[in-house]
Amino acid sequence: MEKHKNDIVRRSLFFLFMCLLLIALILWNIGSGSIALSFREIREILLGTMREGPSYQILWNIRLPRIVSAIFLGGALAVSGFLLQTFFGNPIAGPYVLGISSGAKLVVALTMIFFLGRGIRLQSFGLMAAAFLGSLLAMGFVLLVSLRVQRMSLLIVCGIMIGYICSAITDLCVTFADDSNIVNLHNWSMGSFSGMRWENVRVMVWMVLLTSIAAFFLSKPIGAYQMGEAYARNLGVNIRLLRILLILLSSLLSACVTAFAGPISFVGIAVPHLVKLMTKTAKPIILIPGCLLCGAVVTLFCDGIARTIFAPTEVSISSVTAVFLAPVVILMMIRKREGMR
Amino acid sequence: MGIQTENLSVGYGKQVVLSGVNLEVGAGKILTLIGPNGSGKSTILKTITQQLAVLGGRVLFVEQMGKGSKDMGEMSGNEIAKTMAMVMTKHPTPELMSCREVVGTGRYPYVGHMGILGREDWQKVDQAMEAVSALEVADRSFYEISDGQRQRVMLARALCQEPEALILDEPTSYLDMRYKLDILEKIRGLAKSRQIAVIMSLHELDLAMKLSDHVACVNGETIARIGPPEEIFAGGYVQQLYGVEKEAFNPLTGAMYLRSAKADPEVFVIGGGGEGSPVYYRLQREEIPFAAGILFENDLEMDAAKACAASVISVKAFSPIGEEQLSAGKKMIDQCRKVICAVSSFGPLNEANRELMEYAKKQGKL
Repeated sequence: MEKHKNDIVRRSLFFLFMCLLLIALILWNIGSGSIALSFREIREILLGTMREGPSYQILWNIRLPRIVSAIFLGGALAVSGFLLQTFFGNPIAGPYVLGISSGAKLVVALTMIFFLGRGIRLQSFGLMAAAFLGSLLAMGFVLLVSLRVQRMSLLIVCGIMIGYICSAITDLCVTFADDSNIVNLHNWSMGSFSGMRWENVRVMVWMVLLTSIAAFFLSKPIGAYQMGEAYARNLGVNIRLLRILLILLSSLLSACVTAFAGPISFVGIAVPHLVKLMTKTAKPIILIPGCLLCGAVVTLFCDGIARTIFAPTEVSISSVTAVFLAPVVILMMIRKREGMR
Repeated sequence: MGIQTENLSVGYGKQVVLSGVNLEVGAGKILTLIGPNGSGKSTILKTITQQLAVLGGRVLFVEQMGKGSKDMGEMSGNEIAKTMAMVMTKHPTPELMSCREVVGTGRYPYVGHMGILGREDWQKVDQAMEAVSALEVADRSFYEISDGQRQRVMLARALCQEPEALILDEPTSYLDMRYKLDILEKIRGLAKSRQIAVIMSLHELDLAMKLSDHVACVNGETIARIGPPEEIFAGGYVQQLYGVEKEAFNPLTGAMYLRSAKADPEVFVIGGGGEGSPVYYRLQREEIPFAAGILFENDLEMDAAKACAASVISVKAFSPIGEEQLSAGKKMIDQCRKVICAVSSFGPLNEANRELMEYAKKQGKL
């Protein structure tokens, strides 16, 4: 039982550390940018005493929505990655790798072009619906393949291929669509948290919170599912229902991210492994809140880097996440091989 | 509580592989499925444990003394989980789990909505690990331990479900002799002490015979025979089930023999009392056809001789060797280019063998 106590201490420390890190990152992101804000201004804006002026605009309407969306979408990516990894029993499954992000992107591009061509601007809900439809379609396709192939490595190959096909079609659409507004799509498809508006942020916060809570309450069957389908079934888990719920939740989460911030790579794959490494467990009851928190920290950090490193020019968020997180994935694959004997 | 299958049809997808599967095992009893690879043992076990859909018939949990039965198809998942546990050939690959945590997953049907184990649950986990002597690996990773230990841990996990029925698919595969015996002894012990009804599949026929209360023969279409082991293993049916020659397997000793060169004998082996067996195996290995004699029919090495030798000269058990066999032996020695005497001493009953030896020596063939 000594080990049990150590585990509890380790996990509590992890959550404490992540919370502190998140607070520090929020402060850093508030304070940094092309225009410097004084401490007094920041305090007054946050307390609500200053409600106008350029500083208010910058902090309240540009930086804060961006910070909040980076936090929640980052968390969503990590949770979605964890759910997909559990579902497919594959360590490198994630919304980006399985082509789900690209599927969402394709449908978003098609709807954007369709509506923009008729002079209608899409609201966040419409964008969201399109991204959700796209990710469900891609996910459904991956799922169909997964039923036919037993080797999960093939599944990943298939996901990557779907990703390429979707990207190719998207590029094609963009090339031949002569609407100048298509620039929006291009910016969107680079993946970025910039230009977030509060009404969008509100939608995504609810979406991410509700889906993550739903996932958290599935901890028990997900934990049983980690023992493999046969044993989970023997333990009384309704496999069919659980599968449907897992797909729905992870699609919702990745759709939410893709719809608002575009495809963002590596957070979904790497963060669950980071959390597992730090908490020394894979139990969903720890991993789901852990991923939500750690995903937020990592994404906020990467977004901070993306907008400050070559300021005033912004780097695409995926470039930053790739630089920081791809090595994590590689390291984890090597460790895994060693650990499996 | 016992398990019964009633006219069960099993298979993959919609395709029925076996039908008319009628099995029955009572509390505290062990039913073993035997049959060649691909005959459908696993298919039956997977259907009983709901990994495959029931394609016809029913699986029933039967109360004692005809108090009625429950149809598995009408029970909730949780209810089934508390009634029946399983250990499959393919072990799970859980990430970052200690053996104690793996065993703890067996408490799933008893714990609350968030799946958190209470103090009592952890006590039951440790008790289950103790019952299968796996407590010393409790804090180690499930990947680190040996196959034998892993099988014990999986058995402990199944016990944590407090089952009344236990399904095991080839519980001895990949295990060495020590763990094979150990795990089967534990299964038998648990079945008796906790009155668990056990259905399992085994490839070790000799162990199946010693361990099972009932044996069912699966032949790829249905349950061809079912009954107590002494009935099933009598009369060479088992060899027929597996499609091997009658001499290839001896149900009494559990020994198996390889096919050998059956041509005109080149070597004559004087054997008896088990001392001839190594010589037979060697000749078989080198593919030299040989004859053996003169053996009593109840001799320890009679099976080996029958399976390996091209011809055997034998006499009835406990009877003296007659003139007829002696001359047959001499005739055989005349035909062979060499004689090997595997016996070191002769008793009064097999004086004839000494005579054969002398005969061979005179011819310079020994």
